[in-house]
Amino acid sequence: MNVTSILRAVRRLPISGKVGLVLVLFWIAIAAIGPFIAPYPPGSFANEEVFAGSSGQFWLGSDFLGRDVLSRLLSGARFTVGLSAVAVTIAVCIGTGFALMAAVGPRWVDELLSRAMDTLISIPSKIFALVLVAAFGSSLVLLTLIIAITYVPGNFRIARSLAVGLVRLDYVEVARARGEGRLHLALVEVLPNMIKPLFADIGLRFVFIVLLLSGLSFLGLGLQPPDADLGSLVRENTSGLAEGALAIIAPAVAIASLTVGVNLLIDAATQGKAR
Amino acid sequence: MSASPHVAVRNLCVTVRTPEGEPLRIVDGVSFDIQRGDVLALIGESGSGKTTIALALMGYARSGAQISGEIRVGDATFEGSGGATLAAQRGNRITYVAQSAAAAFNPSRRVIEQVIEPALIHGTATAAEARAHAVSLFEALALPNPKTIGSRYPHELSGGQLQRLMAAMALITRPDLVIFDEPTTALDVTTQVEVLQAFRKVVREQGATGVYVSHDLAVVAQMADQILVLNRGTVREQNSVQAVLETPVDDYTRTLLAAARPVIKAATPQVAVGEPLLSITGVHAGYGPIDRNGRAAHPVLTDVTMNIGRGAAVGVIGESGSGKSTVARVVAGLLAPTAGTVSLDGEPLAPALDGRTREQLRRIQIVFQNADIALNPAHSVGEILGRVLRFYHGTSGDQARQGVAELLDLIRLPAGIADRRCDELSGGQKQRVNLARALAAKPDVILCDEVTSALDTVVREAILELLAELRRDLGVAYLFISHDIATVKALCDEIVVLYKGTRVESGLRDTYAAPPFHPYTDLLISSVPELRTDWLTGVGLQSSAPFANLHESPDLCRFVPRCPVAIAGKCDVAPPPLRLMTAGNSVLCHRAEAELIRMHP
Repeated sequence: MNVTSILRAVRRLPISGKVGLVLVLFWIAIAAIGPFIAPYPPGSFANEEVFAGSSGQFWLGSDFLGRDVLSRLLSGARFTVGLSAVAVTIAVCIGTGFALMAAVGPRWVDELLSRAMDTLISIPSKIFALVLVAAFGSSLVLLTLIIAITYVPGNFRIARSLAVGLVRLDYVEVARARGEGRLHLALVEVLPNMIKPLFADIGLRFVFIVLLLSGLSFLGLGLQPPDADLGSLVRENTSGLAEGALAIIAPAVAIASLTVGVNLLIDAATQGKAR
Repeated sequence: MSASPHVAVRNLCVTVRTPEGEPLRIVDGVSFDIQRGDVLALIGESGSGKTTIALALMGYARSGAQISGEIRVGDATFEGSGGATLAAQRGNRITYVAQSAAAAFNPSRRVIEQVIEPALIHGTATAAEARAHAVSLFEALALPNPKTIGSRYPHELSGGQLQRLMAAMALITRPDLVIFDEPTTALDVTTQVEVLQAFRKVVREQGATGVYVSHDLAVVAQMADQILVLNRGTVREQNSVQAVLETPVDDYTRTLLAAARPVIKAATPQVAVGEPLLSITGVHAGYGPIDRNGRAAHPVLTDVTMNIGRGAAVGVIGESGSGKSTVARVVAGLLAPTAGTVSLDGEPLAPALDGRTREQLRRIQIVFQNADIALNPAHSVGEILGRVLRFYHGTSGDQARQGVAELLDLIRLPAGIADRRCDELSGGQKQRVNLARALAAKPDVILCDEVTSALDTVVREAILELLAELRRDLGVAYLFISHDIATVKALCDEIVVLYKGTRVESGLRDTYAAPPFHPYTDLLISSVPELRTDWLTGVGLQSSAPFANLHESPDLCRFVPRCPVAIAGKCDVAPPPLRLMTAGNSVLCHRAEAELIRMHP
């Protein structure tokens, strides 16, 4: 894929897709450079006033301890975007990998994997996270793994149903009759044809992960202070809710725009290609 | 008749927009009249616009398409794209019989309720009246037990019965115009005859005016009064059936007529030397769990034996469910037989893929019917062919590119097509690529599973020509599976007839020119529509079979329940012997040669 073909693909996106693309690119940029352009260190008590409104000095006001909300938002975005992206990648690689094994492998592999995934899916994700955090303590790596594992079964189910349908098609039969190995069947014959629906699933799961991470942080199981992701920003400022403080509205809007942006982009991209 | 025509279409155009946004006329200035009680056939290849025209008569067009022109049906006139006017007539004054009745019925409702639904929706009759009318239509359509058949569910009925029920649904409102859209294309030939006879009878009795859409001239010849030949959305010729068949004036019509009568492709007659290349011996196969006696829960093949010589072409014919595709799957190793062996050059092959060597796999290649799903849409033509070259012959890089170019040349496609994806190709091109993938392995035998069935007659002719040529030039052998005896005769020098998984007859092509045949072969051959208008009248309605209710048993002749010449006390008690006829064909039947000749209708 060269630059012109990417540009052409972008031009063909509907308006909603372009809006989504802009939002996604914006958040990726913030995640990359946010901490460097933040006017204050995220932990410094810059303002005497708590829950201050917008001003020239503090664009998004101050939080419940008088810290600059904009700076905390800029530093927090990288946790939300980065951690979600890593977790979704792990979840999809494991889920789709297992799904392909189940589809091209012998029957017992399918049974074994499917039942294992059913077991995993029956554990409520927040309780699962609570137990693991209680046992091992909260760390960035553990958090990523918990979230990834939570979302493996969902992806597995979707990818498996796609793959099982594709494996029965004639072109896979032909490859089987040719004597191709299972790895070739899975990666060359089946996988490329499930990419589009899989991407739609990835987008959905990314959003779920952002929300789960925010939820965990809200419960205090997520990132630990002084680090804060967008969810923790919402949680720590809940006391400002009654006053309608910018400190709680700004991170909430940030989460919303990120998730909506990803969904708009993926919807537009998969629909456009399916044409 | 001096009255104005019942249906008048003037300057009908259907316009769609290309992906680049430019208007493209898929139907261009079509005009025709239909007199009351007449049937007009729309004939042409796929993409000729015949279905689009038929749907436009109902005021329906695919989303994004624009209809223009004047259409008058009975008293209802509409001009321009005011589709809403005609939409109100849909299912009431104008009705539609679709190609796949099995997909058109709601599986969870009794058929009678679905048949009378149009009359109730449009308020043309009370439920009781509609029911009575439906029963009379069932009777006219020669459906068994017309009084009670309506209370069944669609899955309890056969494809041919559903197709006739759908015709009843279309006629229930006594419409001004009935549109038949390829109603028999998906049916077996033997069923097609029954359905055509029923349709013709009911259309005449009800005095219905019809439009019959089909690609098959021989079928149309039986049904229509007038033929409209279409190509790329324009009218090529319009005349009475007799005139089109006997004195066609347009070149395209002549091409269609020529393609409808496949000629035997000149293939060098094979002299059987030594042992056969591929031999299938006593193969039993089926699906589902296998019981103690080694029989599958759903047996498909019973004791099938056939040999294919080096460079020979053996045809396998039979109706759907005869197990002909299963033969190919067993030979390819995709389905392990429950008994019997498949040998290549006298060496028995492992039943399943795992036990076969790559070399053995290379020598037997399979080509599936539907090129749309037989070619991976994610890969380009070059990748598909190149993979086979690399896999079997280890060719890569420039050599592989050259190999792909040679293969494309072999199947008469431009080399530039290698970079294209399969969904950018036409149906005929896809089928050629499908064939080229098998050829890339440089196989000894190619299993062709209905490779021409999904193609238009003209394209089918070209593919058959190509297959014959490849056989002559490369010496490759074919196991050619088809439901169409004319296609098989055109390509193969030996033909095997399968019925419900048993081989009922086998012999050289010439033995299928005149009796004696197995009664089933007889039925198959006499069911193929011929290019003359009086053919359908000549085919006697099949005399009822004496053992219609006999329960099928794996040992007895499977054809007994449908056989018009079965013998009491013989066919229903003992397995049939394999008789060798003087012409050289062997027939699995209790009847002796002289009797089979005498009983030929």
